[in-house]
Amino acid sequence: MTTTLPTPHATDHLDVLESHALFILREVAAECERPVLLFSGGKDSTVLLHLAAKAFAPQALPFPVLHIDTGQNFSEVLDFRDRTVKAIGARLIVAKVQDTIDQGRVVDPGPLGSRNRLQTVTLLDAINEHRFDAAFGGARRDEDKARAKERILSFRDAFGQWDPRRQRPELWQLYQGKVNVGEHVRAFPLSDWTELDVWQYIGREKMDLPSIYFAHERDVVLRDGMWLAVSEFVEPASHEVVVRKTIRFRTVGDANCTGAVLSHASTIEAIIDEVAVANVSERGATRGDDKFSETAMEDRKREGYF
Amino acid sequence: MDLATKDLLRLATIGSVDDGKSTLIGRLLVDTRQLFDDQLDAVAAASERRGFGDLDLSFVTDGLRAEREQGITIDVAYRYATTPTRKFIIADCPGHVQYTGNMATGASTADLALVVLDVASRLKEQTRRHLCIAALLGVRSVIVAVNKMDTVGWSETAFDRAIDQIELHSRELGFTSMIMIPVSALYGDNVVEGSPNTPWYHGPTLLEALEASEAGSWETAQGARLPIQWVLRQPGGGRTYAGIVSGEAFRVGDRVTLLPANVETTITAINFGGEARLEAAVGLAADLDFADETDAGRGDLIATAPLPTITRDLQATVCWFGEQPLSVNGRRLRLKHTTRSTPVRVREIKGVIDIESLTVDPADSLSTNEIGLVSLQTADPLVVDDYREDRVTGSFVLIDEVTNATVAAGMVGHASFL
Repeated sequence: MTTTLPTPHATDHLDVLESHALFILREVAAECERPVLLFSGGKDSTVLLHLAAKAFAPQALPFPVLHIDTGQNFSEVLDFRDRTVKAIGARLIVAKVQDTIDQGRVVDPGPLGSRNRLQTVTLLDAINEHRFDAAFGGARRDEDKARAKERILSFRDAFGQWDPRRQRPELWQLYQGKVNVGEHVRAFPLSDWTELDVWQYIGREKMDLPSIYFAHERDVVLRDGMWLAVSEFVEPASHEVVVRKTIRFRTVGDANCTGAVLSHASTIEAIIDEVAVANVSERGATRGDDKFSETAMEDRKREGYF
Repeated sequence: MDLATKDLLRLATIGSVDDGKSTLIGRLLVDTRQLFDDQLDAVAAASERRGFGDLDLSFVTDGLRAEREQGITIDVAYRYATTPTRKFIIADCPGHVQYTGNMATGASTADLALVVLDVASRLKEQTRRHLCIAALLGVRSVIVAVNKMDTVGWSETAFDRAIDQIELHSRELGFTSMIMIPVSALYGDNVVEGSPNTPWYHGPTLLEALEASEAGSWETAQGARLPIQWVLRQPGGGRTYAGIVSGEAFRVGDRVTLLPANVETTITAINFGGEARLEAAVGLAADLDFADETDAGRGDLIATAPLPTITRDLQATVCWFGEQPLSVNGRRLRLKHTTRSTPVRVREIKGVIDIESLTVDPADSLSTNEIGLVSLQTADPLVVDDYREDRVTGSFVLIDEVTNATVAAGMVGHASFL
């Protein structure tokens, strides 16, 4: 017998979360006819894609990867998306919000408006077009109080809606994703992970991430209390002052509504230290799209949002 | 900052509506600084908007609009807390009887039940129901937070009366550990900090009790089990069998039996995420390779001795959540057990559990949220252990054939107190 194998180690909380996620990925892939994995290039969906590769290694992924492209992405994230999907050997489907706008399905909010809510239509159209019956997402329950209420396998009706008052009981780890034609489930293997768990796992697995997660110098403007990166999507108004700051992004969303945090954390270890002592939640710190109302996330989820 | 590895404890709050479950969890999270400033600000703003004072702590977990409007918990909220040695996954469960399915969802994965009682009221029916369900689901460790101590002038007599009632009721339920703590979720006494108002109490605070709890080790192991989820093709033409391990660990070289085919073979390799291991610990999502060619597939079980039972006839305990009663001639159902699904029919309703007396009364159907003993027959054979020996191979759900809704939680066998 070989002696070079690693000796059995005590299982810690990351091991438990990891194996649980692998179990969910396999279970949904086995039970559903046409699953898809939603991938944005953000840290959570990157962890999700990494786990999916592990769940089916050494085989290829038994489902494609779908990116809902708002057309307002950070270029670093798009580069990362293409590089990562290629490295894993997955098939990438890109569904564009711009196409949904061009088809007249939704109204263009203009260069300053948020396309966040429009993504839902593009996402549901893609799910219908490809007849997906399950969509894996990287959402975590610690992100938001409505997400905290959602099942790991979350049922969506023929209109893509989530009804928080009528969720299926979800006993033990008996996940059942059977749906009728036109309905689908969202599956969230990272449900029980916190932001800190995600970063610790990224560090442990030595995963690659988009560069904008790490501290760098950038021209920014202060708008609605958030530092926004100056780009083709964020053009400073005449009264706004452009300053150069050392920043990083704690979440990755649309360039015109994702705020940067002032930070010198340039390594994963430094980010873990920063996250561990943070006073403000990642969405509260950086996401303009969640600031509309008390139940912004619940309302969007009801419509079929991620 | 010490971020050393931690263990994981899953707990569920149980008890009746309005006894303060959500407020207690809100208090625990606030006083252990698990909440971010913006989340606290949002709770404060929501409280003020509804005229509920400075800070309604139940809003920490009651995140849905309807919950905040009605002041109740409708569905489980999952919250997370970490201390230097532990990560806690907290399922804050609803208390209303019509949301019993949601409560069972939260409790089915819990190692520990945190029972919240109102010190001033007698033991309520919902509290009894939840204690019964928690016990049936195999929860063995219980912490009882006797809440609203501030409303009885911190009276030791009132505390004693409350714990006498719950001790008397729980005696038969088979809990191995039951810790009683006088608390005020509203003011925080004995939640994270000890209280000057209860000089007669010398036990742990809630946080200390949670940190010290040894809940989590599940029952006595009855052999290693791996229900096959997926067959992985290996380069060169071989196949390995993937699933999550329960019961005991598997090691390379172990003699195992594939069930229900009843074929014996030996483990030649264990992988995790494409990397070789010598051992697959309980809870690991591993894949195994065997010495012999097999035609095993999804739904089959890999086991070491003592082997589980192969059967099409199940004697089981079920919590029924369907809108129409469960009966011999009821709607068509499917059963999901481990990774196998099969048509199933009800042969007999043997009785319904009276949650007051914990006796089984004769019945020919089970109404919504009733718990009963049933005899089921499946189309395909199942490989089962008694639920009390293995939570994975002893549990199942019933699914409505038409709507695909999950309508029952089932446990093979029945608890010793029935």
